Amino acid sequence: MTTFTQTTPVTVSPRPGIAATVRHTATLAWRSLVQIKHNPMELLDLSVQPIMFLLLFTYVFGGAISGSTGDYLQFSLPGLIAQNMLFASLTTAIGLNTDITKGVFDRLRSLPIARSAPLAGRILADTLKQVWAFALFLGLGMVLGFRVQTGVLGVVGALALLLTFALALSWAAVLIGLTAENQEKVQIVAFSLMMPITFTSNAFVPTDTMPGWLQKWVEINPVTHLADAVRGLLSGGPVASSATISVLWAAGLAMVFAPLSVRAFRNRI
Amino acid sequence: MSVPSSRVDPTPKREEIMTYAIQAEGLAKRYGETKALDGVDLEVPRGRLLGVLGPNGAGKTTAVRVLATLLKPDAGHARVAGFDVVKQAHQVRSLIGLTGQYAAVDEALTGVENLVMIGRLLDMPRAEAKRRAAELLDRFDLTEAGGRAAKTFSGGMRRRLDLAASLVGHPQLLFLDEPTTGLDPRSRADLWAVVRGLRDDGVTVLLTTQYLEEADQLADDIVVFDHGKVIARGTSDELKATTGAQVLEVRPLRASHLDVVVGVVGDVLGSAPEIAGGLVTGSVRDPALVPAIVRRLDDLGVVAAELSLRKSSLDEVFLALTGHRADDGGADSHDDTRDSTARKEEVAI
Repeated sequence: MTTFTQTTPVTVSPRPGIAATVRHTATLAWRSLVQIKHNPMELLDLSVQPIMFLLLFTYVFGGAISGSTGDYLQFSLPGLIAQNMLFASLTTAIGLNTDITKGVFDRLRSLPIARSAPLAGRILADTLKQVWAFALFLGLGMVLGFRVQTGVLGVVGALALLLTFALALSWAAVLIGLTAENQEKVQIVAFSLMMPITFTSNAFVPTDTMPGWLQKWVEINPVTHLADAVRGLLSGGPVASSATISVLWAAGLAMVFAPLSVRAFRNRI
Repeated sequence: MSVPSSRVDPTPKREEIMTYAIQAEGLAKRYGETKALDGVDLEVPRGRLLGVLGPNGAGKTTAVRVLATLLKPDAGHARVAGFDVVKQAHQVRSLIGLTGQYAAVDEALTGVENLVMIGRLLDMPRAEAKRRAAELLDRFDLTEAGGRAAKTFSGGMRRRLDLAASLVGHPQLLFLDEPTTGLDPRSRADLWAVVRGLRDDGVTVLLTTQYLEEADQLADDIVVFDHGKVIARGTSDELKATTGAQVLEVRPLRASHLDVVVGVVGDVLGSAPEIAGGLVTGSVRDPALVPAIVRRLDDLGVVAAELSLRKSSLDEVFLALTGHRADDGGADSHDDTRDSTARKEEVAI
């Protein structure tokens, strides 16, 4: 029984404090990001789709839609950035779901850490990946001829708005990740939800050739407002209304999905 | 625990805490119509290894998940190291280690990183977390592979890494949920050695298994689960004695004598023996009958190539207790998959 006395922790605290919660969240975010260090290809994985979309849209559709690839790039890059952000926010669902099916989630829940740390850590890491994707898009866009016509403040504002929206959407991602049976189902849900939503907006094309009923939806679609706001923040133009509507949408999504996710999370416990 | 020392009443409780690592009373959990746990009482004294034995779907995993604070029971209560698993879950978590049925390791991280991550989550300074990781990798013979991503590990290595992860925080109490399911015999023997070592270190272990041999080999005490209930408990020897019978096995030298042997054994014991592969097996309640069988066979000129009297195996005990063998009745009855998506997946595969 000698080991017993050695192994008994000196203090057994009733719950983790705020400092500990922050530390645990950081550790779990590190866990998601350190993979990139081992496998730098992972960073490329994250970026292949954005780059492909950027090149395809600009050089295949650009001339036909806007008359020149340069004009189209100036119009579509903000839309592409918004679309990519929406897709990327669902990687949270995939990561979470993988943790659950592999048993890692249970292991984390059996540790004396804050209940929220596994979720918060993952979302923190995914947010940093969003920043990377934003920088990549903007950098590559500028190489291809996109011009930021506002300034540093505009770029920072665009990023902040996108991250706000992504965070709100990650509540939906958490819900999907917690409730889907497996990773394939997560991907199917994510794809069949995001494809139509992002395309039925003004992210890639001006909407005046769409049928009337579709234009009505496009007017409502949050992606339209988000793309408009990002466009305004990067290329100049009116921002206030579209940014406000985007933030309202983000708040609405969070208000709907946060309680549902928390409930799903509790049900697992 | 912050029980003020001035109070008078905690003294008897204190004693219980010292004696029992796990105390559970009337645990119940249902999933729809299925009673995964139907009033389970458990007591595990400190430093003992309890084997929870039962077929698939008997409620073993559900019991572990309740005790490890992953699942709230619908009824009943449980204390682990003196702390209530629902109301004092955080304290319980800081004292236990859990190794589930699936190697719960992050496949994208290396062996070292998996363990350092757990150490950091347990509030170890970075240097200490690294030292502890190295120590555990060494103990589990994973030092060489420690720098590789866990996805490159074999099944046995993953299980060892998983077990190492559950030991990072020096738990007083370890839950092992079917730790050797799906392992090859060598990896299983390795894991057994590790579990014995832990018990020798004074760690209380609750181990679930479908393998009677595993419980027989490792456990100090065994409880047998079936349909969410504890249907028997005791040491391996006590359980074997509960059927009140020993097993007589006779193999005639000449196969043509099989019928004669069956006749004699059945006649003397008063119940029809089983025949399998030229071996006649009968259940003996009175050992004095054995010489009578030998004499009768001798009179009839039957030579036995093999004749033995042994205690019932746990397999036979399980059959006697439940009316079915330990390895069947799992797939069709209720099972533990409902609370584990992971297991659902494996079943689907």
